[in-house]
Amino acid sequence: MKVLILGAGQVGRTAAYHLAREPDNEVTVIDSNEAVLRELQSRIDVRTVAGNASYPQILEAAGIADADIIVALTSSDEVNMVACEIANALYRTPTKIARIRAPEYTSQEKLFADGALAVDVWISPEQLVTEYIERLIHNPGALQIVDFADGRVRLVGMLARKGGLLVGQQLRTLKDHMPNADARVAAIYRNSRFIEPDGETVVEEGDEIFFVAARDHIQRMMNEITRAEEKVRKVVIAGGGHIGFRLARLLEKHYHVKLIERDAERARRVSERLEGTIVLHGDAQDEELLIEENIDSTDVFAAVTNSEEANVLSAMLAKRLGARKVLALINRPSYGELMDNRSIDIAVSPQTVTIGSLLAHVRKGDVVRVHSLRRGSAEALEAVVHGDAQRSRVVGRSIEELDLPTGAVIVALVRSERVIIAHHNTRIEPEDHVIMFLSDRRQIDAVQRLFATE
Amino acid sequence: MLAVMNVLGALLALFSVYYLLPIATALIYGEQESLRVFGECAGLTLAVGALLMLCTSRFRAELKPRDGYLLVSLAWLSVTAAAALPMMLDAPQLSFTDAFFESMSGLTTTGSTVITGVDKLPYTVNLWRCALHWMGGMGIIVMAVAVLPLLGVGGMQRYRTEPGPVKDAKLTPRITETAKALWLVYVGLTAACFAALWLAGMTPFDAVCHAFTVMSLGGFSTHDASVAWFHSPTIEFVLMIFMLVAALNFSTHYVALRRGDFAAYRRDPEARWVFIWVGFSVVLLTAEIVHAGLYSTFTEAFRHVAFSTVAMATTTGLVSVDFSLWPIFASMWMLFLGCVASSTGSTGGGIKVFRGLIMIKQFFREIFVLVHPSAVAPLKIGGQVVSNQVVYSVLAFIFVYFMSVVILTFALLSTNMDFTSAMTATIASINNVGPGLGQVGPGTNYASLNDKQTWICTLAMFLGRVELFTFLILFSRSFWRK
Repeated sequence: MKVLILGAGQVGRTAAYHLAREPDNEVTVIDSNEAVLRELQSRIDVRTVAGNASYPQILEAAGIADADIIVALTSSDEVNMVACEIANALYRTPTKIARIRAPEYTSQEKLFADGALAVDVWISPEQLVTEYIERLIHNPGALQIVDFADGRVRLVGMLARKGGLLVGQQLRTLKDHMPNADARVAAIYRNSRFIEPDGETVVEEGDEIFFVAARDHIQRMMNEITRAEEKVRKVVIAGGGHIGFRLARLLEKHYHVKLIERDAERARRVSERLEGTIVLHGDAQDEELLIEENIDSTDVFAAVTNSEEANVLSAMLAKRLGARKVLALINRPSYGELMDNRSIDIAVSPQTVTIGSLLAHVRKGDVVRVHSLRRGSAEALEAVVHGDAQRSRVVGRSIEELDLPTGAVIVALVRSERVIIAHHNTRIEPEDHVIMFLSDRRQIDAVQRLFATE
Repeated sequence: MLAVMNVLGALLALFSVYYLLPIATALIYGEQESLRVFGECAGLTLAVGALLMLCTSRFRAELKPRDGYLLVSLAWLSVTAAAALPMMLDAPQLSFTDAFFESMSGLTTTGSTVITGVDKLPYTVNLWRCALHWMGGMGIIVMAVAVLPLLGVGGMQRYRTEPGPVKDAKLTPRITETAKALWLVYVGLTAACFAALWLAGMTPFDAVCHAFTVMSLGGFSTHDASVAWFHSPTIEFVLMIFMLVAALNFSTHYVALRRGDFAAYRRDPEARWVFIWVGFSVVLLTAEIVHAGLYSTFTEAFRHVAFSTVAMATTTGLVSVDFSLWPIFASMWMLFLGCVASSTGSTGGGIKVFRGLIMIKQFFREIFVLVHPSAVAPLKIGGQVVSNQVVYSVLAFIFVYFMSVVILTFALLSTNMDFTSAMTATIASINNVGPGLGQVGPGTNYASLNDKQTWICTLAMFLGRVELFTFLILFSRSFWRK
């Protein structure tokens, strides 16, 4: 697949990296900064073109004429939209994806309806990250929560701790604990090694567990794995940028929210647009300020400034001063790995959160959602099954009859809005949404072949 | 300066047209004497206005915002003087002091009277008094949309640049169009009020006069006993409804009535507080009055408390019962409620809801900032940020307001008035309510005041109506220095 990426910023580089490592893809990156491009080319196998990303000449030079997908990820919403329009008008590019961060645009649904703007899909990294963090705060104890089938099914990653009902037990005992609730453990990582779970697997303390469940059963399943956590009441957000502001607005209805912003002018603007949040002007790394604002009784401290170093430091400081749980936005994967679970509880990587929504569009077959897990080594995806028993290798078969590659587990189905947790004898029907956990991303080709219709 | 005089002349000439209303009344009721007096007064006003216009026609020029202060004060005073004339010449034959007071009380929609025996006045004069209320109400609405925001008196600049209480930057793009739209609402509501009062059992004449009185939140009545004369709970109920309607911002009415957007009332933060304050007070005072055992039944107590509270809170001052006989707590409460219970852009007086709200929110903000020294805490009303400049203006306004109350009370005390009468007369006048307590209580009127006291109350009414600063600025030296 030929992919054109406009903009080699944070998101653009990550997209290029993830797409280029799949052998079928040919990736070209356009950016106006040649130094960045040179650096990028030296690390990953992509073609680069320097210039203004929305000029037809530059797009032409980058090979838009036979591109399958254009992904506009520059920092300007307007450039992204214009580039998609040009790709549509001059080159009839089949799929056009644009990053649009301003809610002023994205709130207008008609703009993105057929026949209006030539943007097939818009993504807003800020919004995705905000919603992701919101889910983590609503479900204390989870390290990662991702949605499938419009939120009807969720995949949750968390650490098993003492006090969880399932800890020290075989997985088969789950149905004794939760007879009515449907949930299933998708994967267990012990000392970072994948264990394919079956009924005999015994959950140990410290295991990293991924499970799926219908949205309403998430909380009960979490209690199986760790002691029920106290309800979150007080949240402190460090950073009043796009993410901090949106997060405060989402959270202020349910929690007692404080937001710390360093820039006086920005603090004023944010405070005018928020209703219940206490906006503080100051530095989130200022010990005095944190103590003054009772950091020791804070349930969640979320560091979401633009500077990841500041996020790491302020989150560590908050943790030391007594915040119950700290969360930091970290771009560089290596920083995330540096954190052991004692100093920062959750490291959120904007790229990992964002990349999934891009990947869904470059995959073959009808893949509607992809979530990148464990820093990109594992993946969870949702695909729609088409065809009939003759033309498809999955329709009409039960799960145990499928020739799944190792490390791939089908965990749930969504059949016309109904959530079905997968068992070995569950039969797959046409138009089912299949939710799958892939412990090894490299098996993606085998999976795609399996689901393809002939 | 002379350009202001030119506009003033035009205004007086225009005002003379308003005499057609009493002249028509005199014709209908065949009051020859009144017809002659009002005809002469109309001619005289027209002549003076035209003369003033002619003499200053060379200086005709676009007015500067600063001229607005002078124009408001001069217009108010000269129209008051012109309107006082018929009351000196016709039936009550008042002295200039009393006539000027009566006229000022009418135009500022205060409603305190120096006339005893209004029942016996000619129809024409009674109509004139109530029509002055109505005229004053129109003037107040124009002032609220066109003059005060431009001058930025007491935080009113908030309505200049920022969207008003209803989230519409301006109702129409031009101020004159806005004023016309609001007048239309005012006239429409007055007509509705007239119809309702007529149906409730008033004579058409009483219904017209009381509709004028109620929509402008004035307080003149065609009877000495005021509303008590009718002995009708239905009439009291209708009056209460329309008093509350008139205490809301007319821009909100405009949005609600003309565009069918009744959610406008819910979005208007002032409207909410009008009802909260009045509702709370009715409950509190009913409890107080029932406890005091003044009325035999709960229904009767509730009826009188509700009417009096609404009448005093909205600064109307119509009277259904002599509430000065109630415990001092109740009557004082109602009097002070008048300071803060009517909206900006309504015909009510006093500090107004929005200034009261800003003061309360500023108090909580002070406390909040003490607890969180680093907090950035903008003051918001109805989700909209109020700039510090406005907050300072409002605080200054409230300070000057209370200083005025203190000084005028002392002025009245110096004339050997008793304290209760002096203070309540001052508050009732500066809030444009009408009845106070004691010597000026709801059972009596302002007739017992001597000339000096009458002038002090006249000044108080005027000051309160033009929002203090508009007039006080004329006494600063920097205003006159070019």
